[in-house]
Amino acid sequence: MRAINVSGLTKRFGRVTAVNRISFYVEEGEVFGLLGPNGAGKTTTINMLATLINPTSGHAEVAGAVIGRDNYKVRKRIGIVFQDPTLDNKLTGRENLHLHAMLYGLKRGIIKERIRKVLKLIELEGKADMLVGNYSGGMKRRLEIARGLMHKPRVLFLDEPTLGLDAQTRRRIWEYIKSLKQEGMLSVILTTHYMEEADYLADRVAIIDNGKIVAIDTPANLKKSLGGDIIQLYIRGSEKSYRGLIHKINDRIKVKKTDLRLARTQTGEDELLITVEGGNDKVPLIISMAEREGVRVVSLDIHTPSLEDVFLHFTGRNIREDGADGYERNREFIKRMRR
Amino acid sequence: MINLTAVYVLWLRETKRFLRSKSRVVGSLAMPLMFLLFLGLGFRGMAVPGVSGGTGYLDFLLPGILGMSVIFTSMIAGISVLWDREFGFLKEIMVAPVDRTSIILGRIAGGCTTAIIQAASIMVIAAFTGFHLGGVLSIIYESAFIIAIAVAFIGLGLIFASQMSDIQGFNLIINLVIFPLFFLSGALFPISNLPGWLRVFSYLDPLTYGIDGLRGVMTNSSMMAAGADMLVLIAFAAVIVVTGAYLFEKSNVV
Ligand SMILES: Nc1ncnc2c1ncn2[C@@H]1O[C@H](COP(=O)(O)OP(=O)(O)OP(=O)(O)O)[C@@H](O)[C@H]1O
Ligand SMILES: [Mg+2]
Repeated sequence: MRAINVSGLTKRFGRVTAVNRISFYVEEGEVFGLLGPNGAGKTTTINMLATLINPTSGHAEVAGAVIGRDNYKVRKRIGIVFQDPTLDNKLTGRENLHLHAMLYGLKRGIIKERIRKVLKLIELEGKADMLVGNYSGGMKRRLEIARGLMHKPRVLFLDEPTLGLDAQTRRRIWEYIKSLKQEGMLSVILTTHYMEEADYLADRVAIIDNGKIVAIDTPANLKKSLGGDIIQLYIRGSEKSYRGLIHKINDRIKVKKTDLRLARTQTGEDELLITVEGGNDKVPLIISMAEREGVRVVSLDIHTPSLEDVFLHFTGRNIREDGADGYERNREFIKRMRR
Repeated sequence: MINLTAVYVLWLRETKRFLRSKSRVVGSLAMPLMFLLFLGLGFRGMAVPGVSGGTGYLDFLLPGILGMSVIFTSMIAGISVLWDREFGFLKEIMVAPVDRTSIILGRIAGGCTTAIIQAASIMVIAAFTGFHLGGVLSIIYESAFIIAIAVAFIGLGLIFASQMSDIQGFNLIINLVIFPLFFLSGALFPISNLPGWLRVFSYLDPLTYGIDGLRGVMTNSSMMAAGADMLVLIAFAAVIVVTGAYLFEKSNVV
């Protein structure tokens, strides 16, 4: 049996179609990644699957129960870490966990033991009796993950679990998630902005853009599907010279249109991405063509496709381009204001 | 089916949060006590127009001030759903396998507890200034009125919380809803002194019956029999809470 089965799921907010007829499944014991730029519809999808908002149309089964019809069963069987914090800052870490355990109907006898276990897992035993309002962002996130796991859900939703955390804390959270997977039948659905995160954790990835799933496969297959190497050129020149160069490359190297991209940057150095078989051999030719067209090549890089390239290929956008970092900082700022 | 564990744990949360927030504990007592002190002393010895002899102004005022402290606390308890939404905690509650009725009952239980704690503190302080507390039975009656007022105003808070998208409108509600209801209720003066057209609004204010009932129990000088006050108050509370629960259920979590 599958952990999640979604078909034709749609959510409209007034005139905005946040999620547009998406279909996918998640196997039991699988970590499934949902990758997409800001506003792609990731959180809306999760909110529907977690029964917090009703779909406009479509059908979904989560942990063997149908959303909209058996919400109680769905709720009982899932754990969730929301994108924004949902802890009670005026309670201690232990009290937050205790409240959660009681809400999920855990037996009194096992609550204490369960709390001790998850606190150990997230290494917060020493801070358990401190008010959550005094926790750092990373500690809060770990507590939320622990809380989501306390009632032994069959499906765990993680909406950007490492958003705004430092590299070290992020690593540690990755390790928790990995270790969960080794423990058995828990299925995880994870949204993220971080390509490395999806690459490292997810068995399969869906790329979602503008409410639609545009690609879905294992990270390895997605990368392979791009084929060849990626030549990344940082160039300077006029609009006309760029057009000339692109024309030449299309003509002589015969790359498919979608695999040739020009991205403007603020610094005046523009970025040209060419996906092509046998990249190493093509470099000299491309450079000489650039020279002839009057385009100055400032630097270049050749690599095999990463998930980032896959993302770019399918969405036409760099995930950081629309300011993922600035956005995060902003979000962090808002969070701090709230405290 | 009501989930008693959930009601209990949500009650526990509200109570802990209240007791931990010193500013809330102090703040919620300061205003009623100031009203009691300044109005009580300022109008000391004056006969209250429209009230049968023997009842001094302080005796007349104390039930009104109790009612005041109860409506402020319980309205805030209801509206605090907004804070939970703002700080995200509402999602944790709403995604749990707990029916909405139990969630509302937990909040009502928490709000009633804080209302009772406050009313008791005010009574104890009033006792030091010479107010006669009365026997066990009258304390039970008083508690019953306090709880009924609290339930009605928690429900009112829920109604407003489910209509508002953020906490910006909170002060507006306090100024444009709570204060008028407080003044109309006859907490500070007998409503028989109000002109007829204004008195109509007093009769539509559930607090009027709560305070009249408290006055009946505490000082034996009321407009209606305490039992009748209680019936009207319960009817108000029931309608308001059911409406609040319905709107809360319908409101957006995210
Ligand atoms: N309650 C709502 N009312 C109206 N529009 C909404 C609502 N929630 C989401 N949207 C819109 O739906 C779209 C998808 O939003 P969603 O939060 O699902 O994106 P996301 O992929 O999670 O983005 P992010 O990476 O920024 O978290 C956006 O255009 C957003 O503005
Ligand atoms: Mg999101």
